[in-house]
Amino acid sequence: MSNTNRPLSPHLSVYRPQLTSVLSILHRITGFGLALGALLVTWWLCAAMSGPRAFECFQGFTHSIIGELMLFCWIYALSFHFMNGIRHLVWDTGRGLTLKSAYAGGWAVVVLSVVATAVIWLAA
Amino acid sequence: MLHEKQPSIFTHIHKARGKGAAKDGVHHWWMQRVSAVLLLPLCVYFACQARHIATPDYGHFTHWLGRPSIAVPGILFIIAAFYHASLGVQVIIEDYVHGEGKKIFLLLLNKLSFFCLGIACIYAIAFVNFAHMHH
Repeated sequence: MSNTNRPLSPHLSVYRPQLTSVLSILHRITGFGLALGALLVTWWLCAAMSGPRAFECFQGFTHSIIGELMLFCWIYALSFHFMNGIRHLVWDTGRGLTLKSAYAGGWAVVVLSVVATAVIWLAA
Repeated sequence: MLHEKQPSIFTHIHKARGKGAAKDGVHHWWMQRVSAVLLLPLCVYFACQARHIATPDYGHFTHWLGRPSIAVPGILFIIAAFYHASLGVQVIIEDYVHGEGKKIFLLLLNKLSFFCLGIACIYAIAFVNFAHMHH
């Protein structure tokens, strides 16, 4: 209780955004977006169960401009959360916690998540 | 504070335990990691199936979902992903929602929603699987 030297959360309004902090909040934002995607997944699978007409209705939505945009964001969110999640899991083992490797891993996540999004989008 | 002046039988960890926004956390933290690790191979597996997942053709899709090699990992994915999502949303609620009543309501809504959505997805996968079983 006497340790007042412990790290504190940054005061966001006076905190200059940098790669590490931006990726950190993006991890939470993409995670929340993916969680909302659970509704879409449920609609999709239940439509497949209900029959061709319900499935067609779902496809009508996903092939609309809003639907395509949502799917693209969702694939990016998944790619990012996947790559950055690996980064977090590595940290959890106590590795890669230096400033240098935090940045190297961060840039790797940025590049790989864009590549993964492009690969999945083109394959689908 | 009283126990800072007097010697206390309680350890620091005992006094701190249960005082955080979430009351406890080790189990939550660990299960978030366990589900994350499980999701890594499942995500790769289903990313490789992107062509089938995206098909607008009902017959093609149900035929694909009717395969046990898709349905079983599919159900596993739903369980791991929805559980992982509910754990993540729980932290967001605990971090940003103040006011005990509102927080408890949203925490219950979160758990209940993912539980119900998960059951619906598993039921749908199983239904399609049995209805379109290939012999």
